Amino acid sequence: MSLLELDGVKVHFPIKKGVLFDRTVGHVYAVDGVSLKVEAGETYGLVGESGCGKTTLGRSVLRLVDITEGSVVLDGTDLAKLPNEEMRRFRRRLQMVFQDPLGSLNPRQNIESILSEGMVAHGIGKNQEERREKIKAILERVGLPSNALARYPHEFSGGQRQRIGIARALVLEPDVIICDEPVSALDVSIQAQVVNLLEELQEELGLTYLVIAHDLAVVRHISDVIGVMYLGSLVEEAPSDTLYAEPKHPYTKALMSAVPVPDPEVEDRRERILLTGDLPSPANPPTGCRFHTRCPWAQAEKCATERPELKDVGGGHRVACHYTAEIASGELAPTRPTGIEAVTETEDALVKPAEGEAEVPAALLPADSTTKPDAPAVKEKVPAAAETPGDPAADAVAKDQDAATPEASGKGPAGTD
Amino acid sequence: MSLLTVDELTVTFGGRGRKESRAVDGVSFEVDQGQVVGLVGESGCGKSVTSLALMGLLPDKGVTVGGRAEFDGTDLFTMNPSARRDLRGSKMAMIFQDPLSSLNPVVPIGVQVTEILERHRGMKGEAARKEAAHLLDRVGIPDPTRRLKEYPHQLSGGMRQRALIAMAVACAPSLLIADEPTTALDVTIQAQILELLKELVDQEGTALLMITHDLGVVAGICDQVNVLYAGKAVESAGRRELFAHPTHPYTHGLLGSIPRLDAPRGESLKPIRGSINDRVAWADGCAFAPRCDRYEMGCLTGTPQLAEPRAAGHQVRCVNPVLDDAKAEEVPA
Ligand SMILES: Nc1ncnc2c1ncn2[C@@H]1O[C@H](COP(=O)(O)OP(=O)(O)OP(=O)(O)O)[C@@H](O)[C@H]1O
Ligand SMILES: Nc1ncnc2c1ncn2[C@@H]1O[C@H](COP(=O)(O)OP(=O)(O)OP(=O)(O)O)[C@@H](O)[C@H]1O
Ligand code: SF4
Ligand code: SF4
Ligand SMILES: [Mg+2]
Ligand SMILES: [Mg+2]
Repeated sequence: MSLLELDGVKVHFPIKKGVLFDRTVGHVYAVDGVSLKVEAGETYGLVGESGCGKTTLGRSVLRLVDITEGSVVLDGTDLAKLPNEEMRRFRRRLQMVFQDPLGSLNPRQNIESILSEGMVAHGIGKNQEERREKIKAILERVGLPSNALARYPHEFSGGQRQRIGIARALVLEPDVIICDEPVSALDVSIQAQVVNLLEELQEELGLTYLVIAHDLAVVRHISDVIGVMYLGSLVEEAPSDTLYAEPKHPYTKALMSAVPVPDPEVEDRRERILLTGDLPSPANPPTGCRFHTRCPWAQAEKCATERPELKDVGGGHRVACHYTAEIASGELAPTRPTGIEAVTETEDALVKPAEGEAEVPAALLPADSTTKPDAPAVKEKVPAAAETPGDPAADAVAKDQDAATPEASGKGPAGTD
Repeated sequence: MSLLTVDELTVTFGGRGRKESRAVDGVSFEVDQGQVVGLVGESGCGKSVTSLALMGLLPDKGVTVGGRAEFDGTDLFTMNPSARRDLRGSKMAMIFQDPLSSLNPVVPIGVQVTEILERHRGMKGEAARKEAAHLLDRVGIPDPTRRLKEYPHQLSGGMRQRALIAMAVACAPSLLIADEPTTALDVTIQAQILELLKELVDQEGTALLMITHDLGVVAGICDQVNVLYAGKAVESAGRRELFAHPTHPYTHGLLGSIPRLDAPRGESLKPIRGSINDRVAWADGCAFAPRCDRYEMGCLTGTPQLAEPRAAGHQVRCVNPVLDDAKAEEVPA
């Protein structure tokens, strides 16, 4: 049995309306049926774009959000059904490291107090002396100076704060650490320090990680197994190397082709599958395969009507697509006609312009759209086909929530001053 | 002659009682027409301040700008303020990282675009509206006529960035400065925006000053790259030269720190130790010295000067540069 097993986990947030009566007018299907297994001592990496439900899934494991359906089994115990009191005890074994180290550390508490808090709550250490000794040892292990104890979060750099966050998890001797974007707020030179630290700690302490991140290169680097999420569900899961060598799901292919590599030779040769449009709203997900509105290979049959299950295709590789085999064999070509040939072409497309380039208006690049199917993926300078209007009402990705607090004043766009 | 020539640009904050801090410490580079020039470096190295200085968008008080910047034959720092305002938004335009805070939230997109056309191109009424729709279409926004009536919050992040690009290119600028234009976006949307920018450069001959912390983005789009550290350029070279032969220890370190999607697994990262906070003043020596593996005595006797220890046109500010090519072998096929 795996250390951590999620089975059919759903987290649906009700959308409420009304002043007097909280009427539920719909749901945000943030996590919508995820099953995965995390093996002891290994790292499971969860990737996907903003708003696909990664954080919510991580929080559901800790029961920081209500699980609508499904089970989360840690070491044989279903956490989803556990009474709150018992859940509290289990929480020690599951710790979380957050993206924003400053936001997750109380600015008015010094480091000793921040790190002792959880230990006291879980009865670790007989007295403060003993706790302090342990904290000191762990601070040293994560590479913080021993005088850090009496200092406050703001006195540390971003990378150091992330080390504090990791130390806070470690003092509780957890089995599983859920790292939600552990390095995305850090500069690259610091990212590497933290990534290496996580790897070393895993080796020394036998830790199990669930790492959530949007950066596929980081995730591939640290994970044994990777799950790719799209709109609340897993579309593909495979051992890290397999996923890189043979991505099978169209979304994974597109995602991988979009990740910039710091090497001009690679960048110039790469076949980029440009997806059109944004993530549809998780409050109103497309029918059938949730990717069908953007999938370059979408077929008239099944894609818009039947939801594909995550199926094992051998070698621990699972894919949720009706046409996995046909796409892999090349039997099915991308369906969105114009310019799509270029996606599967290699160097040729770079030297000679694709056919038809001359007649098509130059500016027709793939457009952002939301839930409607629209133009096909294109690569390089090959123009896309005409677009279908997008649906304006469907922007619910996390980033757009920031819309509530725009900096109204300040710098206008260039030229409007 | 280059379209933009920046010569020993310095920007100093503070003074008059407050402690002075030099955010940009003698940066020089050139941008030609149709060229993409990158400024790359970690948080706080002076990328944004450089771009704001060039655009003339730094606050009037508490900042001193030094050095020279010549755009299209005119000295930007001595030209009269109203001429500079006219330049901004017409011949020189800028795109910011966060499209939401650079759009006015209470004004429909269409009005924001037509305002620019009215101000800088003297267009009016229906003609301006038509041109605005054409611009949105140009940057790949579907159904532009309807979009013009919408407010910024009704657009997705990627579409807002497109709208900003539309506004920036409304007057066919000869120089576009893009400050982390894709950092706030998902990677698939980033790929779309980068394609759009490339297309503008190729088709309109626009010069692009691309500011980013992402060396992957640089590798894909920049012709010429300047790596900044603590307010100074430490390495400048053509893109292929820079990535094939990173010669400054900092550039070398950055490339070793980045997990590459295509790298064989199991290879551990080689981080740079310490953080940007561990530095010495450039006046006293190499600012990178406290973090540098190649440090030697000479590193702290005065500011290292730019030199070309490896190839003509490949400038490196280091007394003990990385000249062996172990790095080149690591590049997988
Ligand atoms: N408490 C909540 N109530 C309602 N909706 C929520 C809540 N938390 C998250 N959501 C929504 O659920 C969806 C998934 O959000 P989540 O934060 O899990 O995404 P994510 O993959 O972590 O994204 P990011 O990469 O931006 O962090 C989003 O549409 C988000 O708006
Ligand atoms: N208005 C200001 N007053 C004082 N110091 C400032 C001001 N604006 C920027 N600085 C300082 O100037 C330095 C360079 O800042 P800048 O914004 O150019 O960095 P950057 O390279 O753009 O970093 P990032 O990647 O985080 O955007 C920083 O140390 C910053 O704190
Ligand atoms: S099921 Fe259809 S729409 Fe979904 S990924 Fe496969 S081909 Fe594309
Ligand atoms: S000058 Fe010296 S300290 Fe600075 S980067 Fe070169 S070797 Fe390192
Ligand atoms: Mg998240
Ligand atoms: Mg900046």
